[in-house]
Amino acid sequence: MNRNVLAALSALTALTTSTALAQTIAITGGTVYPVSGPRIQNATVLIQDGKITAVGTNLTIPAGTTRIDATGRTVTPGLLNAASNLGLTQVGSVDATNEGNHSGDLNPAFNVAEGINPQVVNIPVARMEGTTTAITRPGGGLIPGQAVLIDLNGDRIEDMVSQSPAAMMIDLSESSKGAGGGSRAGVLQRLRQVFQDALEYERRKADFRKRDMQDLSAPAAELEALLPVLHGTLPAFAIANRESDIASALRLAREFNLKLVILGGTEAWKIAADLGRAKVPVAVYPLTNLPSFDGPGARSDNAALLAAAEVSVIVVEAETGGPRDLRFAAGFAIRNGLSWDDALKAVTLAPAMAFGVANRYGSLEPGKVADVVVWSGDPFDYSGHAEHVIIEGKDIPMTSRMTELLERYRHLPPSY
Amino acid sequence: MLTRWPLLITIVLATGCAGSSSVATKPEPAKDSTADSISALRPQYASTYRRHQNPPVLIRNATILTAAGPEQANASILFQDGKIVSIGPNLTAPAGATIIDGTGKYVTPGLIDDHSHLGVYSAPGTFAESDGNEATSPNTAQVWAEHSFWPQDPQIPLAIAGGVTVIQALPGSANLIGGRSATLRLIPARTVQEMKFPGAPYGLKMACGENPKRVYQNSGPSTRMGNMAGYREAFIRAEGYRRRWDNWLKDRKGDPPDRDLQLESLAEVLRGHILVQNHCYRADEMVQMMDLAREFGFHIRAFHHAVEAYKIADILARENVATSVWADWWGFKMESFDGIPQSAALQQQAGVRVIIHSDDADGIQRLNDGAAQAMYSGIQAGVPVTREQAIKWITINPAWALGIDSVTGSLEPGKAADVVLWSGDPFSIYTRAELVFNDGWLLFDRNDPKHRPATDFNLGVTDPGIGQ
Repeated sequence: MNRNVLAALSALTALTTSTALAQTIAITGGTVYPVSGPRIQNATVLIQDGKITAVGTNLTIPAGTTRIDATGRTVTPGLLNAASNLGLTQVGSVDATNEGNHSGDLNPAFNVAEGINPQVVNIPVARMEGTTTAITRPGGGLIPGQAVLIDLNGDRIEDMVSQSPAAMMIDLSESSKGAGGGSRAGVLQRLRQVFQDALEYERRKADFRKRDMQDLSAPAAELEALLPVLHGTLPAFAIANRESDIASALRLAREFNLKLVILGGTEAWKIAADLGRAKVPVAVYPLTNLPSFDGPGARSDNAALLAAAEVSVIVVEAETGGPRDLRFAAGFAIRNGLSWDDALKAVTLAPAMAFGVANRYGSLEPGKVADVVVWSGDPFDYSGHAEHVIIEGKDIPMTSRMTELLERYRHLPPSY
Repeated sequence: MLTRWPLLITIVLATGCAGSSSVATKPEPAKDSTADSISALRPQYASTYRRHQNPPVLIRNATILTAAGPEQANASILFQDGKIVSIGPNLTAPAGATIIDGTGKYVTPGLIDDHSHLGVYSAPGTFAESDGNEATSPNTAQVWAEHSFWPQDPQIPLAIAGGVTVIQALPGSANLIGGRSATLRLIPARTVQEMKFPGAPYGLKMACGENPKRVYQNSGPSTRMGNMAGYREAFIRAEGYRRRWDNWLKDRKGDPPDRDLQLESLAEVLRGHILVQNHCYRADEMVQMMDLAREFGFHIRAFHHAVEAYKIADILARENVATSVWADWWGFKMESFDGIPQSAALQQQAGVRVIIHSDDADGIQRLNDGAAQAMYSGIQAGVPVTREQAIKWITINPAWALGIDSVTGSLEPGKAADVVLWSGDPFSIYTRAELVFNDGWLLFDRNDPKHRPATDFNLGVTDPGIGQ
């Protein structure tokens, strides 16, 4: 992708929150979970111009404010899906709707932002379940490319993309072995070569331009795109499941000063102490417990064991049910030992911190983007559901293609 | 509807035991030397299931969802010798009974997954374990899933820990006609024969829509009309086969017809002895398949993955065809694009026999979660569903789809002691199965590592926290 376009997109993201419909909203009377601090009973969340302006009790509510009565309800930050393909896919088996996979196995310069389709039907479905922001990511190969953070609100890519890039995807799992000549050892050798070449390129750009240096292992644009990763400013979001692969990721992170976040981490519980010491967050799929050779030690209490070792746990969802079960993924982590508060953090503030956007997202605090959900009950149990989903201060209509189908077939035969 | 083993012999001998719902009986010995020389009349991979001996069990003071009546609070359930003895407010334990305090806990029937590929697509998921799709021809009615089934699949203990006691293990959906399914008790065993549910009829896996036409796009069928022609051609041939065999079986004079395994399975469908289990997503295709069944005089027992069933719930209720659906899978291919979470609730309201199924080694561990998600999705959208209805989606309704509902699927005196004790409300995400009894056998105890079955594959490879 043309880096000028990327730069343009990045610049535009700074404006996005002000493009939201400005509404002044007071959510009153609910039990508020700011995540950044303790629960507050009977509290108000005040929203103005797309931002949270106050959270607490006995607030003065300006005249003309739209009130949402949340008495008896639960109020949380909007959920952040840290490993989605929202906007990049609509029907998995239909190539025409898939934009997340670039050919080749080394694509650090591939940024998915301009592949996003703001009109995909699964975005309204995901946000009706309380997801308000998502890391949407490329897949395939050793370095699939750059993931971006999007708000699940907006008709144009520029309105949605909030952080670009948000992470560099790297795949250290079984599935990238082909990129290493069929061996995990080859994968690591190739990664080191590319990383070293990126740093060499950075040091000797003048020589490179004069063609006064040996051939590099990737084109200049790809190496250039890796530099923020090697400077530790762009998170390396590395898929790794087997204990030895997670250990390899930690080794690489030490050698190259990567800001590492693990995705998958099936056997992370086995190496939890190392991850905790290295302060590496782990994004887990709490449902993963089937043994495979990529993670024979899969177990359902992975998230709880990691939290006990003081690892920052992020909860992500597998996508078989379409991107609408993030809250239940958190519920399963609770079922298997994670505390309720840690589970809420694992789908809000923990990913926001891991991807460097906690100044804007992940908690209910004055100055943050007004992504707020009012739940009828427990967000993580089936008996609860989202009643209001507010994204960037906008109370989103609770409609989707699914609700349209429901209404069409609620009474049979349908009246066309 | 229970039939006896082997199925073909059922036809010959049915007069002596019609309507029997007893557990497996050995096939009667062949009556003459002709029969003795004919493989079709000899035992066909008979069940060797034997009930495990266990002391009587009394669970007291629990909330019981029986799948046969109203939810009972502060109730007890007694089971002995593999059978439920009684359910009620105040039961006395017989001598030697294990007494379990169910305070704050729930009891349900063992869960039944009528759509599983455990054992035919086993973990760890290498090509070596890929035994579910004989994708070499659009019609492979001759293959039997039990001949692929690996009892050491390490996914089995995880499903048991989710409260599952019976599964239908099916061939995959690559083919128009994929082969015979097997209904199995989910128990540790060395052979699939030990797991075969005594007396359960076979199912025949059929598949509509995208999968067969994708797999065979170069050789055909490559269209939905090609799919339909494929089923019809197969059953036309089966009609003649059935006639030839039925004629010969009347007096057994002369040489019997040549045996054809493919046509044998289809003829058994025509005779009503094998139940059609039809993978079919789209509403219009389900109606086509019901017309196909009418053309050949059989009945489709259940549509599986019936994502669009809610669009024709009135028709499905009228035709008495069960539907197996997911609570939340949708959108992964075009024929699943119209999935909605209220589908089960809408169908329930229309009177369809709804089933929540898994098709998945993850989902099978959480069938109660699927039922809960589908139930609350309905309630929240103004399509009310009761807990008494939702528990049937994962117990008695799949038992009916498999033809074993007279033996299991609900908690009633005389039925099999397939019983799960849950830590709390089974429709809450925080609840886990604590005790799982299969035909009275305590197979899983979350609080006792001695009662957590591990497969051979687990030993030395996977973590001992299995089921955690």
